[in-house]
Amino acid sequence: MSNMRISPAPHIQGKQNTRSLMRDVIIALMPALAVSICFFGWGTIIVTLTAILSCVLCEWLIQKFLLKEEPSIKDLSAIVTGLILAFNLPSNLSPLLVVLGSVVAIGVGKMTFGGLGNNPFNPALVGRVFMLISFPVQMTTWPKPTGFFTSIDAVTGATPLAIMKEGLANGMTVQEITAANPDSFSYIQMLFGQIGGSLGEISTLALLIGFGYLLFRKVITWHIPITIFATIFVFAGLLHLADSAHFVDPLFHLLTGGIMLGAIYMATDYVTSPMTKKGMVIFGIGIGVVTIIIRAFGGYPEGISFAILFMNAFVPLINRHMKPKRFGEVKKNG
Amino acid sequence: MIKTFKRGGVHPPENKISAQVAIEVFNTQDTVRIFTSQHLGVPAEPVVTKGDTVKVGQLIAKSSGFISANVHSSVSGTVTSIEAIADHMGFKKTAICIKIEGDEWEESIDRSPDIIREIKHTPEEIIQKITDAGVVGLGGATFPTNVKLSIPPGKKAEALIVNGAECEPYLTSDHRLMLEAGEQILIGMEIIRQALKIDKTYIGIETNKMDAINHLKSFTQWIKHIEIVPLKPRYPQGGEKQLIKAVTGKEVPINGLPIDTGYVVCNVGTVYSVYEAVQKNKPLIDNTVTITGKKLKTQKNYLVRVGTPMSQLIESVGGIPEGTGKIVSGGPMMGKPIANIDGPTLKGSSSILFMTEEESSRGDSSNCIRCAKCVGVCPMGLEPYLLLRLAERKMNDQLEANFVHNCIECGCCLYTCPARLPLVDYIRLGKAEVLKIMRSRK
Repeated sequence: MSNMRISPAPHIQGKQNTRSLMRDVIIALMPALAVSICFFGWGTIIVTLTAILSCVLCEWLIQKFLLKEEPSIKDLSAIVTGLILAFNLPSNLSPLLVVLGSVVAIGVGKMTFGGLGNNPFNPALVGRVFMLISFPVQMTTWPKPTGFFTSIDAVTGATPLAIMKEGLANGMTVQEITAANPDSFSYIQMLFGQIGGSLGEISTLALLIGFGYLLFRKVITWHIPITIFATIFVFAGLLHLADSAHFVDPLFHLLTGGIMLGAIYMATDYVTSPMTKKGMVIFGIGIGVVTIIIRAFGGYPEGISFAILFMNAFVPLINRHMKPKRFGEVKKNG
Repeated sequence: MIKTFKRGGVHPPENKISAQVAIEVFNTQDTVRIFTSQHLGVPAEPVVTKGDTVKVGQLIAKSSGFISANVHSSVSGTVTSIEAIADHMGFKKTAICIKIEGDEWEESIDRSPDIIREIKHTPEEIIQKITDAGVVGLGGATFPTNVKLSIPPGKKAEALIVNGAECEPYLTSDHRLMLEAGEQILIGMEIIRQALKIDKTYIGIETNKMDAINHLKSFTQWIKHIEIVPLKPRYPQGGEKQLIKAVTGKEVPINGLPIDTGYVVCNVGTVYSVYEAVQKNKPLIDNTVTITGKKLKTQKNYLVRVGTPMSQLIESVGGIPEGTGKIVSGGPMMGKPIANIDGPTLKGSSSILFMTEEESSRGDSSNCIRCAKCVGVCPMGLEPYLLLRLAERKMNDQLEANFVHNCIECGCCLYTCPARLPLVDYIRLGKAEVLKIMRSRK
């Protein structure tokens, strides 16, 4: 009797824990990683491994020697950050720059705030945006998606979004740009991933398979990704309807520039997204609107990274004001 | 579509291992120790003294105050002492200890196996009989049933909802009772219907007990006023407010009581006790207790006399099984840990549950990752992660503003938390603090 627990109820625990949730996210990212390896070969493998290793090592070193606390790398969250950061990088990026991005992501984006659970901004995005601003040339020069075993120095190609942005800036219409670059604007290729871009964002289909897995395993709910998709579709659709010569159709927006990666895997980051369903919907709408504003009117061809970081800043405010509907609230019987 | 409540909730593995084990009468040995407080409210006042001989069903402690309940002897024998003893949690409370001699019952109690179908009493007589018999709610809270059935002035009862959900994992006592005393439960519902002068009664049963649903449906003569509502298994469906929502679709207003919507909710065990009290003159002296656990070789559903030492029940199944990490009285989601197996059973005891070492280990807690799962599963629409932080810091104003007092302590938040944070533990503390402040304001 003396060795029995006498802690209060509940006396049983659900199966999910932080580690299993992170493991599920890693599993969900695998199809996209596989596609990326198919198209970019060794580049993907090198960048991804470098990012993961440096993220995990960075977290371990900071916890061990700076914070002098028990390292928590076993929760796998640093691996997720590393993977997502890698997914946001070109596959031909120098490993040194990958390490730098990882150190910024973990060191600045996560550990300065107290580690997992305390960071206001998505660490992988902090790393990515830092890189984008500091190394704009390296970050926006992508290899052509040719196939495995091609050398890293293969011909570089721009993303569909960048081609579109440049064309529009030069006074061309959407139709002229599409006609001039038929290869870059095939929706089928975008679905399977045969387009230029960061190594993990290219295949919409693979990322959607991961989305299905995350929903099935109840890791995330549909609210944030679907609201982002819907907002982008509606907002970009309205612009397209108003002026189809200067605003590309909404499907193009959904299939390019990491919308899938951002909406499914980065905007849903637990720590930096709202706590209530209502809040998640507002958050998603905000991301969708800001993304399209940046894409249609801003200087960068793509915009979801900035949009997510921008909305991350509103999360505490959203949490404060968007309360769940209390049981028995408003509705009176009668 | 099968009904259920709409917001939150979890569905832990059901583990109803003892569901097919018939109820068996347990023979209590030597002594019983019967607490004068086995109900919510003021303890009863003893009306026997040391040396008195008592019969089964004799009143030994009288209700003292509006919210209180009579207590009867569950055995015949001699009162050996009235003293404070430790209950199963280790808290000392006044108990009447009776040495068992024979099994002599009060003459007024009908011990025949016949089912009495004719209801001959006026509503007032029914309430009086329930009061006399010391019937309390057996769904967990042990609230005196006569008080619940006395509708406060200005309120009106419209329907009775009987809780046959038994949504807690492992527990099977209500399930067995519905199978083995189904007709008595339906008669009990009819008795309460007449006492409350209402037309409609419902009984909500989760569909993992289809045999009970079909069994009750077979008593066609009783189901004129009764609607049997199959419910999709989901915890905490047996919570009063969740059950009303599941069965009728209506929500009890915030800060309100079920009666504000016109519903009175009783557990099937309570309804059976009402039948026994009114039709058989039998006070609440025994109840069904499930003895179960994954490692236990013999599963039992016992009919146990109130005051039986839990150690006797445990010995009858071969002692505490190897590899047990925790013994629980009640279900694994809301039951109480047993610290003292010599503690006696209570009117409201529903089970003795042996949790394995592995099941009962919570694991280490880590940082909140703000996954919002606790918010998603909270059936009351609260934010457990926030309440935890506020309760840790004793921020009572904020706790109240965030409705901590609406927490039903179902434990879904802690069950689901991937970081294993002590959510409901702290919320319970914060809630107690806030309720104290709210009461002092009145």
